Amino acid sequence: MSDEKPDLVDVQIDGEWHQFPKGTRMIEACREAGVEVPHYCYHPKLSSPGNCRMCLVEMGMPPRPRPGDDPPEPDEDGHLPISWMPRPVIACANTVAPNMGIKTDGELTETCREGVMELLLANHPLDCPICDQAGECTLQEFSVEHGKGESNFREQKVKKPKNVDVGPRVRLDDERCIMCSRCIRFTDEIADDPVLGFTDRGSHTTLAVYPGKELANNYSLNTVDICPVGALTSNDFRFQMRVWFMKEVNTIDVNCATGANITVYQREGQIYRITPRQNNDVNSDWMPDSHRLNFHWIHGDDRLTDPLVKDGDSHRIATWQEALATTADKLAGIEGSEMAVIASARMTNEELLMVNRLVKHLDAGHVDTVPRDGESDDYLISADHNPNTNGVKLLLGLDKPGSQLDAIKKGINEGRIKALLCLQENLVEDGGFDAETLGKLDFFLTSYPLANPTADASDVVLPGACWAEKTGTMVNVTGRLQRLNRVVDGPGQTLEPWEIVRDLIQATGGGNGIYSALDIFKQLTEEVSKFADLTWGKIGDLGVPLIETGETIPLIEREKERIAQGIIVG
Amino acid sequence: MSQVKYIAGKEPHANESRVVFKNVDREGWDQSIETYIKDGGYEQQKKAFKMEPGDITEEVKKAGLRGRGGAGFPAGLKWSFLPPNNDKPVYLICNADESEPGTFKDRYIIHQDPHQLIEGMAISCFAVGAKLAYIYIREEFPEGAQILETAIEEAHKKGFLGKDILGTGFDLEIYVHRGAGAYICGEETGLIESLEGKRPYPRIKPPYFPAAMGLYLCPTIVNNVETLCHVKHIIGSGGEAWSKTGTPNNTGTRILCVSGDVQKPGYFEVQVGKVTLGELINDMCGGLKEGRKLKAVIPGGSSAKVLRADETFKVGRGDDEKEISIWDIPMDFDTLAACGSMAGSGGVIIMDDSRSMSWVINNLNNFYAHESCGQCTPCREGSLWMKKITDRVVAGKAAPSDIDQLDAVARNIDGRTICAFGEAASWPTESFVDKFRDELVADTKPELEEAFVNAESLTAAANLK
Amino acid sequence: MALEVPPELEKEIDERITHYPVSKRSAVLPVLHALQHHFRFINEESVEWAAAKLELEPIKVLEVVSFYPGIRQKAPGKYHIRVCRTLSCAMAGSYELMDSICEKAGIDRSGVTHHDPIALSEDGKFSIEFAECLASCGTGPVCLVEDDFHEAVTDVDALLSQYK
Repeated sequence: MSDEKPDLVDVQIDGEWHQFPKGTRMIEACREAGVEVPHYCYHPKLSSPGNCRMCLVEMGMPPRPRPGDDPPEPDEDGHLPISWMPRPVIACANTVAPNMGIKTDGELTETCREGVMELLLANHPLDCPICDQAGECTLQEFSVEHGKGESNFREQKVKKPKNVDVGPRVRLDDERCIMCSRCIRFTDEIADDPVLGFTDRGSHTTLAVYPGKELANNYSLNTVDICPVGALTSNDFRFQMRVWFMKEVNTIDVNCATGANITVYQREGQIYRITPRQNNDVNSDWMPDSHRLNFHWIHGDDRLTDPLVKDGDSHRIATWQEALATTADKLAGIEGSEMAVIASARMTNEELLMVNRLVKHLDAGHVDTVPRDGESDDYLISADHNPNTNGVKLLLGLDKPGSQLDAIKKGINEGRIKALLCLQENLVEDGGFDAETLGKLDFFLTSYPLANPTADASDVVLPGACWAEKTGTMVNVTGRLQRLNRVVDGPGQTLEPWEIVRDLIQATGGGNGIYSALDIFKQLTEEVSKFADLTWGKIGDLGVPLIETGETIPLIEREKERIAQGIIVG
Repeated sequence: MSQVKYIAGKEPHANESRVVFKNVDREGWDQSIETYIKDGGYEQQKKAFKMEPGDITEEVKKAGLRGRGGAGFPAGLKWSFLPPNNDKPVYLICNADESEPGTFKDRYIIHQDPHQLIEGMAISCFAVGAKLAYIYIREEFPEGAQILETAIEEAHKKGFLGKDILGTGFDLEIYVHRGAGAYICGEETGLIESLEGKRPYPRIKPPYFPAAMGLYLCPTIVNNVETLCHVKHIIGSGGEAWSKTGTPNNTGTRILCVSGDVQKPGYFEVQVGKVTLGELINDMCGGLKEGRKLKAVIPGGSSAKVLRADETFKVGRGDDEKEISIWDIPMDFDTLAACGSMAGSGGVIIMDDSRSMSWVINNLNNFYAHESCGQCTPCREGSLWMKKITDRVVAGKAAPSDIDQLDAVARNIDGRTICAFGEAASWPTESFVDKFRDELVADTKPELEEAFVNAESLTAAANLK
Repeated sequence: MALEVPPELEKEIDERITHYPVSKRSAVLPVLHALQHHFRFINEESVEWAAAKLELEPIKVLEVVSFYPGIRQKAPGKYHIRVCRTLSCAMAGSYELMDSICEKAGIDRSGVTHHDPIALSEDGKFSIEFAECLASCGTGPVCLVEDDFHEAVTDVDALLSQYK
């Protein structure tokens, strides 16, 4: 062997020599070498049954000399010749070995792929025109790359159940299923809800859920993501939009402090779908259904689209200028010590930095955020249902967010607090405030994406962008700094919360000079030591560790164990 | 053995050397442990339990015992694959799933001589350190399962099983586990999955070689009934002496099961390689049926590639190389492999000139389509496809090009699957197309070719069935 | 509706489960065999009973039940017949044997499909299906009637008359 490190092995892939750590799966070695090996059943987060046979490749090892023969001579680089095996091997479950050769571009490999494709399509309905998977279907993709382009199948296709409700959110077409078993392995191994299985046998094998049972766990839609074909589709998304018309934006989930990495799919300002995006330190490849589907309200009828000012018993639409001027007027007569600001742990760090400035500018006597304490599901959902509590702690200096709320209520009721600015929160429904208390204020302002009882009680209502309409950073439960990216524009006159706060500062006589969330981020890195040396680019799509919280994400911890045991690649 | 008398009309043929089948059809014989012990039963277990376990494996290696289940893999070598310094429990499983079409030998051992198997298993368990063993018996042997359970109970009572066997401190429990009608459970990793209570989907190898990661992911030895019985006799005679029977690298005796178009089908225990196919058919089975000529032979269970009666075969190496006719093939592992087929499980199916080869391959394709477990793509989709093509051939609804497609499907399965079922399912088709193509094509209709290539081809085909 | 398993059957099942000290799941087939022996076939209640007994999701039991032809999902006749279909028996006349039994027992197999392989006689006395190789190729055609094995079956009347 050449000058290998003890834990690295030399492997030849399509004629080029590479080095990989011992134990690397052949398919992953190929990927690192820039060679994609087509596959269906293999998924790095699941056990490897090796059943689809799509990843068959030609493999070779140094020849074993017969007794009495000389051992093979190494070449000048120390590599031995390779004796190619007549039988192909699966690249997904086999690991590399010293001086192994892998051929993905030879005749044997290509014949295998063509053969497997032909067999996979033999009983497939070929109903691509009406299939939701069309455009992101690996059967389609590999047919183009490795298929024969013609059918020699002259038989009746096997009939199987179609349009099966396997659960409240997932639908199954068994004729499209290629029996890769990814969904079964996911429900068995990850979701701990083994309700899926194969019934019957041979060519009649059928994916099924037990009669009367449902695939109803809160991770069920992940099976749709990992289904390589159109067998499992999402009730929510099916027939809504052809995938090739949509634009994808990488961002993060804000339904809890985990901050699952996601991809949001939109077309012309409308969001159609959210899927988890791989981040092995945060959410692996998965996300909860409850978070994934929590977006339809963004395009709902109860969105606030314009600034509103109170006019008698009701509100009327106002311009931003008017709303801000009204606010400035009202605040002018109120002392800082009589003012409270309630911000949100759903705000980005950039927004919170601005809130901090507003508080200082107004010299407000009280500041807090609304906590959302819930339960962890022991998978990906954090007990903290706010996405940026750690940002609140860092940027507003609150040790225990929410601990001031009672004092603020009391202050209002006792007349000590006369003005309240509620930024991106729903005080009545989520903060434990009632309309009666709020009615005692001289001035009450709310910014929020939706109309709600809190807005009803407000003197000025400002349409603040929701998570999908804004850009910034958040710090998740483990202390990871992650980027939130704007996917669509907010409706009507909606502004991003940082803009609203900037404008409030300006309207009340404060400074300005800020034109983008990235500008604020830059200031953050200059003003807050934890953020020093960071750039937008450094955070990247996967985020960076920012602070130590000592918190972990249960599913990720279990995944690490499975990687250590060699069950999965990870 | 001269004192052994057999039931009238069921006497072994003079060419036979009865070792494992010594007590099959024996006069005055029954399945009880008393009868077995009276005949010297369990003496080899007593002898073996005084040996070092490793020495037993050495004897089995010296004997050169090759597995009698189908693959012909050396049993001693298989045992030596158990990981050294293993701290997990070791299991032994007797594969009594006898389901290779053409094979019917284990049935008689189980029904007539169950204690021979239990003794062989006990010795093997002692050798490999297995304290828990299962006999995986096919569901279609209900009586056999009952007989084995009774025999196990008897052996328990006599102290050949259970705790502290023969004062050695060695404990062993054997349980009978019934299958439920699946050929795939004869594949050792499929069998293991079935025994774990799952669908019998064979496992990928690597990493799941049973000797390292078998039952419950612990080291596991899976051996055929006949193989385990031989272990007892190897201990009896010593590996060296045992290896003197049979022929080099094809040692010992084995049971050949003959079915099909012969006068007297049946089972014959012969020294491996000492009997030719001609002797087997003409001498031992009374020849072909009146006025019939030999057409084809499947020599090692239905998965073995078919041999054509008028072929010649090149066998032997170097100076020993010669061409022989089908009649002169010695029935051993190496020669049958050299003839392009295999000794397999010892099931020899004889076909005379009255048989349609289209009908025969269609019968087998029905079997494999029915028995494919469906786990991996090529076999799942290909086995049913092959069946559907030959269904059309025998129904007169196929075109000549269908025979090419039949062959192409088989070659898309062969060598591409998780387990050896892929070869088992594709070799019959490959060999029948290879050797009887003209006959298969003659059963097709050239005029149908048009129907398949024009625009309505799919509808046309669909309307055929 | 819950399955009513007699105490002695449950006792037998519990004893069978002890044969698998490492994993109860291994007892799926033995439990199903015992239930089938008693109830004649495995219906949903049996699947659910077995699943509860072995602490498995019912789909994991159904996966096994539906795989094996030896586990019946449909009620058979009083006597269930399995005729060997595979090559050696077929050469010895097992298809003819099947036809003959059907004719004499009054069984119509025209509705038999992959999913429904068992055909019943009109009077419900016999049910029949093809089985793959029963491993007695030298004495074909062979069949199983319940647990009784019959070799070289030529006289169908004599065969059927054994079953009252």
